Amino acid sequence: MELTLGLVAGPGTSRANKTGTWRVERPLFLNIKCVACDLCIMLCPEGIIDSNNERYFADLNYCKGCGICAHECPVKDIMMVKEEK
Amino acid sequence: MEKLWEGSRAIAETIKMCRPKVISAYPITPQTHIVESLSQLAADGDLVAEFINVESEHSAASVVLGASATGARTYTATTSQGLLLMLEVLYNIAGMRLPVVMTCANRAVSAPLSIWNDQQDSFTARDSGWIQLYAEDSQEACDLHLMAYRIAEDKRIMLPVMVCLDGFFISHTFEPVEPFEEENVKQFLPDYQPLHYLTPKNPLTFGSFAEPDKYTEARYIIHRTLEESKMVIRETAEDFKKVFGRGGGDLVEDYFLEDADFAFVAMGSIIGSLKDLVDKLREKGEKVGILKIISFRPFPGKEITTALEGIEKIAVLEKAVSLGSGGILVKEVKESFYGRKKTPQINGFIVGLGGRDIPQDSLENIYREFHQGSGDASFVDLNYELLGGK
Ligand code: SF4
Ligand code: SF4
Repeated sequence: MELTLGLVAGPGTSRANKTGTWRVERPLFLNIKCVACDLCIMLCPEGIIDSNNERYFADLNYCKGCGICAHECPVKDIMMVKEEK
Repeated sequence: MEKLWEGSRAIAETIKMCRPKVISAYPITPQTHIVESLSQLAADGDLVAEFINVESEHSAASVVLGASATGARTYTATTSQGLLLMLEVLYNIAGMRLPVVMTCANRAVSAPLSIWNDQQDSFTARDSGWIQLYAEDSQEACDLHLMAYRIAEDKRIMLPVMVCLDGFFISHTFEPVEPFEEENVKQFLPDYQPLHYLTPKNPLTFGSFAEPDKYTEARYIIHRTLEESKMVIRETAEDFKKVFGRGGGDLVEDYFLEDADFAFVAMGSIIGSLKDLVDKLREKGEKVGILKIISFRPFPGKEITTALEGIEKIAVLEKAVSLGSGGILVKEVKESFYGRKKTPQINGFIVGLGGRDIPQDSLENIYREFHQGSGDASFVDLNYELLGGK
């Protein structure tokens, strides 16, 4: 992909740029004690937590590993685990 | 027919001819008369442009950034503290490849507070990606502004240009100036055609986020373009000569260098004083010349070494200092010669800070002392009484 002059781009660049690369830890949604309070969805500063009928999950393409979801979960159903390659 | 205009008025009249659509500026001495004139021209309807009053230079730069992104030709002007306040935005304007043209009416920077001339302000912006052109007198200042728009808007370049002129020495001095004819200007500088522009129908991001895997390339492209702009500056200067029948505006300009064994290198209005000195010395048969640097960015390293080929001693005079390091221009001139078999002796002299007068005697002393062997490179004419004798 060639860079455009002045890095001019159409809308949606914050989606196109995968900004999850500098994460040190990532959230692990256990989905065991979860009470479906949606606090994690509302408090994630990246707005990337979602849920379906079975479980809660984060879009790791953009998750910064800040740990807010794990800290705020009232039943401690989210664990932060080291990002290891 | 020539007009006797104050430098600021001459520049305002030139900008009017360049037909900017948006002008934004915050008044600051010694730039004030330029934007005051433009504001009057716009208010009287003699210039069809939006003149946007703002509360700071940061806002003025932001306004022209935004206006330029919508595809309008823009103009701003500042100096000193105003330029320092703009700096954050200046980097963005260059990075977004917006062809803004601005004037810097060079002035010292605080502290201590000084409203007088030197070139420390624009030197601070030298790494921002802007093209920087320095004028010797009012006429050249006018000519460079017209060229600046052509260079900035050239599709091969698309970078902002700062025209630097010494505060008071040019901005407030009345000099005869050849005004531009509208027809010639329109031929030389057609209306601006942007590559991309902002409109509600087509939202765009300018200068979008670059991950570490793209940032280096984005910066490299600007650097490479600045290198390439040398050719465009030269082309533009040649074309200017064809249309307006007068020179000026190449990267460098030489004065009696052909047979010289000693050369002064400098930028801006000090060149006028140096020319007087060289004329005097030449009458006595001394082989001395001048290399005037017009384009500080892009830095014309090759052009400098070519012009100074065979000269034994070079005195680089500058109205700026990098505190903790010394002269700035002198280091870049020295670097241009690095690695050559035969390098001249190059000394740097810091002169005229904060409006300090640069009398002919000082310039002649620099020549005499350095020409005869000694001549330490340093701050010129320090008053040791003020320094407690040290
Ligand atoms: S760690 Fe931070 S960014 Fe990642 S999902 Fe949790 S709250 Fe969102
Ligand atoms: S905060 Fe915890 S309990 Fe609430 S929805 Fe998220 S994971 Fe479930």
